[in-house]
Amino acid sequence: MDAVVSNFDLYWQGFRMTLVLTLISAVAALVLGTLLAACRVSPVVSLRWFGATYVELVRNVPLTILFFFFIFVAPQIGIRTPSFFVSACVALSVYTAAFVCEAVRSGINSVGVGQAEAARSIGLTFTQTLQLIVLPQAFRTVVPPLINIFIALTKNTSVAGGFAVTELFAIGRRLANANPADVIPVLVGIGVCYLILTIPSGILANWVERKVAFAR
Amino acid sequence: MTARDDASAPSAAPPDGTGEPLVVLSDVQKYFGELHVLQDINLSVAHGEVVVVIGPSGSGKSTLCRAINRLEPIDSGVITLDGQPLPAEGKALARLRADVGMVFQAFNLFAHKTVLQNVMLGPMKAKNVKKSEAEADAMRLLERVGVANQAQKLPAQLSGGQQQRVAIARALAMKPKVMLFDEPTSALDPEMINEVLDVMTDLAKEGMTMVVVTHEMGFARKAAHRVVFMDDGRIVEEAEPEEFFSRPKSDRAKDFLSKILTH
Ligand SMILES: Nc1ncnc2c1ncn2[C@@H]1O[C@H](COP(=O)(O)OP(=O)(O)OP(=O)(O)O)[C@@H](O)[C@H]1O
Ligand SMILES: [Mg+2]
Repeated sequence: MDAVVSNFDLYWQGFRMTLVLTLISAVAALVLGTLLAACRVSPVVSLRWFGATYVELVRNVPLTILFFFFIFVAPQIGIRTPSFFVSACVALSVYTAAFVCEAVRSGINSVGVGQAEAARSIGLTFTQTLQLIVLPQAFRTVVPPLINIFIALTKNTSVAGGFAVTELFAIGRRLANANPADVIPVLVGIGVCYLILTIPSGILANWVERKVAFAR
Repeated sequence: MTARDDASAPSAAPPDGTGEPLVVLSDVQKYFGELHVLQDINLSVAHGEVVVVIGPSGSGKSTLCRAINRLEPIDSGVITLDGQPLPAEGKALARLRADVGMVFQAFNLFAHKTVLQNVMLGPMKAKNVKKSEAEADAMRLLERVGVANQAQKLPAQLSGGQQQRVAIARALAMKPKVMLFDEPTSALDPEMINEVLDVMTDLAKEGMTMVVVTHEMGFARKAAHRVVFMDDGRIVEEAEPEEFFSRPKSDRAKDFLSKILTH
């Protein structure tokens, strides 16, 4: 137990890093994923093809491989980032965006085609139709699956711990190595930290789901 | 319906034949895979003319309507609006669509926007009309179709007839050159049909150019200048409403009319 209490500041450091990784990657993945979804429903064939290829490639590769790519391979082909932290954010965002894209796309498909046709027939462009009519309605159905994706993202940030980013998982491993007698409390402490992040998200998802149900 | 049926002569004067027609379809062909949905369609609609399109289910009426604002691209032939061929996808097409109002069978009001916002959106976003101006205009139109008192509600809170009248106001807000109606009353309960047809009849009297897919013969008799009968993707017969309903020439039209009359 001592190992947990006396290293509270380390826990706090790891917790903050995990939180920051999650938040930055979530925002970036949301933007990138929405753009990809727009590609996937676009009338332009090459954009649709690009969106579909991206999703199939990224979704089916282990996240560790993406980290490996952005941290070790990308710099060799001239794609450099200022730090491992930034590379980790890029890898997490690129990976999560594929899932966001699919969630948003299914949300878009859940909005009746009549909505988009009506929008186009009053002279709105494709972008306006998506932005003003389809996406606002799609996001209502997309919020619960999105939150699940972000919960998975929170847990996926632990992969960054294996690539020299000092987040919760890296702290956990370091403390466990340093305090072999206290491995269980150390790891339980780490688990609790993840739960502090993910459980409220789950509650938020339920709340939004109920809220949206009423708004219909 | 009785008030409508006794108006046997078309009350609107036929549009003068001067000037270019507003909508022209020449040799239009359209396929859905193997299915030849529009075959050799030639149709021109004059300024101020009201054309009713009638025909059995699956004959291509909706497709014809949707081809005119290019919601459905055609495979060959030319469609012009005010002398301009329909542009391909893009900004130019969006501008053209602003000139063609469309009213759908299923209303398709924007579900997440209020009635007022539904009507204001097009002018503000597609024509950069100022908000205050768009709002005043929208309220005038809602007044005109008789739903001004519902302006702040969401579409789902309105009856079908009210929703369809809002949809008409939304289309009119763009000040279109022509209005397309695809079975605007066939999703409505019978008691709501007339409130929508009345709005459409007024519009026709005011000189709006209209293409209306409908089986409402009362409306056709009262407001249309011409009836176009379609079957199997072709225009089989065209005539003035009175002529068409009382003396159809083709067997297919006779057969079709006998079926809808017995209903
Ligand atoms: N998107 C589509 N893909 C494939 N076939 C279609 C499509 N839309 C319509 N069709 C087919 O084209 C034919 C003409 O359809 P259309 O909707 O134009 O008929 P309609 O005259 O409007 O019929 P209704 O009175 O039932 O509305 C029908 O056989 C229909 O099944
Ligand atoms: Mg139809």
